[in-house]
Amino acid sequence: MTRRGAAPVSWGTDAPRSGSALVVDHLTKRFGERVAYQDVSFEVGYGEVFGFLGPNGAGKTTMVRTLGTLLAPTSGSATVAGIALSAEAGPQIRARISIMPESPGLYLRLTVAENLECFAGLYELGDVGERVAAVLEAVNLTDRANDLCRTLSKGLRQRVALARALLNDPTVLFLDEPTSGLDPVATRDVHDLITALRDRGVTIFLTTHRLEEAERLCHRVAILNTSLLLIGRPDELRERLFTRAVQVRTRAPLADPRAVFEGLDHVEGWEQSASGTYELHVSDPDAAAPEVARALVAAGADVLSLVESRHSLEDVYLELVDEDVEVRRR
Amino acid sequence: MTFSWTRVGAIFRKELRDYRRNRFVIFTMSALPLLFIVMTMVQLFALKTSVSSARLNDRIGLSMLYLLIIPTMVPSALTAYSVVGEREQGTLEPVLITPISREEFLVAKALAAFTPTIIIAYALFGVFLSAAELFAHPAVVAAIFERSHVLIQLLFTPLLAGWAIWMGIAISARSTDVRAAQQLAIVASLPPLAVVALMSFNIIPASVPLAITLAAGLLVLDIYGWRAVAAVFDRERLISGRVADGRRGARAGR
Ligand SMILES: Nc1ncnc2c1ncn2[C@@H]1O[C@H](COP(=O)(O)OP(=O)(O)OP(=O)(O)O)[C@@H](O)[C@H]1O
Ligand SMILES: [Mg+2]
Repeated sequence: MTRRGAAPVSWGTDAPRSGSALVVDHLTKRFGERVAYQDVSFEVGYGEVFGFLGPNGAGKTTMVRTLGTLLAPTSGSATVAGIALSAEAGPQIRARISIMPESPGLYLRLTVAENLECFAGLYELGDVGERVAAVLEAVNLTDRANDLCRTLSKGLRQRVALARALLNDPTVLFLDEPTSGLDPVATRDVHDLITALRDRGVTIFLTTHRLEEAERLCHRVAILNTSLLLIGRPDELRERLFTRAVQVRTRAPLADPRAVFEGLDHVEGWEQSASGTYELHVSDPDAAAPEVARALVAAGADVLSLVESRHSLEDVYLELVDEDVEVRRR
Repeated sequence: MTFSWTRVGAIFRKELRDYRRNRFVIFTMSALPLLFIVMTMVQLFALKTSVSSARLNDRIGLSMLYLLIIPTMVPSALTAYSVVGEREQGTLEPVLITPISREEFLVAKALAAFTPTIIIAYALFGVFLSAAELFAHPAVVAAIFERSHVLIQLLFTPLLAGWAIWMGIAISARSTDVRAAQQLAIVASLPPLAVVALMSFNIIPASVPLAITLAAGLLVLDIYGWRAVAAVFDRERLISGRVADGRRGARAGR
């Protein structure tokens, strides 16, 4: 299991910490004829933040619901927080995990604190008042504790839902598109909360179709489109899919770009992407950049910029999903 | 996992808090009982004591029947909403992903409908008896306490409520629409009331042994009713709207 950073710190749960937090083995879920996801296998380590990416209808929510024992898989097996997934194990599994669903699902006629008290009872927590105060503090909502949920904005409701998911100190926390429909400020707040949880060593299974979110928060990501397309660290995926490149911009288009670029040792190929803008394929940008700069100066070009162009996870994602769509069309 | 009264209590308290702030529930719990107590009183005071004692008895039976509509209709309206309503609001999924078992969920929902119903129904019956005692003709009062009227009232109030509650929850767990669930639940709550009505009108001759037999029958249905309801309560179906493949008849998780 590849994992960044120090060993995860446990916070509270007595669940076994050896092995994997999630083991998914050839899992398939069908609704009648419709396949929600098919033959999906992966593992998530304790303390890991695992991003589950995919377009609409890819099967993300269905996967979360399956691992949360709400839906029975059609075939395959899984282990959640150390317990084999089965109908009988439902209550034990549900005690160790929590899910923040796509929509917050708060009791709107109850206050924030009353909502949380209800769920503290459902988890049979001892010191309800203390626990509720702690999770409210964790999501910065202490001052809204006595507000009716109906009066809260979407972003605040999302935070209450997150607080609710934290009540039972979950071994695995499932977040199903935690920032969907939030404005940039509210999104940043949720990201900060997730980062804080990550730093505390909480295992998080995060579904999203926001690529920058996955890139920022996740140790590893899986890209799903009914079946699993790819899995790995975000930077790994980028490298696996794209050759590295250097982008050059000059004030005026080069008179003879071929003469400038083609003799260079570290440049494997080039193309003009716009007037005065060139993409150079390189194996090692650190070696190529100075060489390119010298050649440009020698050719008398006015260089505006010379940067390593980074493919974002979004490029990886679009590339993969497009490819997948093409394959299916054939 | 063992049955947890803590979890039952959590849902129960949540429901009561929700009722207090729900205009529809407040209306159901106040307007409906008010209407029927008024109708009962009108019946009571319109009674002519000159009629034969059998007629008098029928009339009293009829007026008290109105009072039994309360423990039938109020819990129907409440429980019909209980599952499908939460599902529509999106609040069911968060509850179902806690360790709560379906038995705990159902018992909590049932108690949350049963408790206010019983309090309201018995309180109104108390009002009815005191009003009769104070203002009605002595012959009418005597007729009320004669025969099995009071017994029927005391016995059948919780039993009818129990039936209405299980029917309401079962229908709610299988519905996709609150309104349809409510209409269906009201209809489904009526059969036992009809039997009581037949008895009140002396179409089936009312007697203490008969009343007790009927009550015992209802009691058995009420006690085992929750098992039948537990059988139709299916997490997978409630979340996805359908039964898991290859599991038709079996249940996907408790
Ligand atoms: N209850 C259901 N009955 C039938 N089909 C369903 C059901 N739930 C989901 N599906 C189908 O399964 C597939 C996966 O749906 P799912 O909700 O898991 O996707 P998702 O990745 O969460 O999408 P989104 O990004 O839109 O939330 C879709 O084709 C969907 O139509
Ligand atoms: Mg989804």
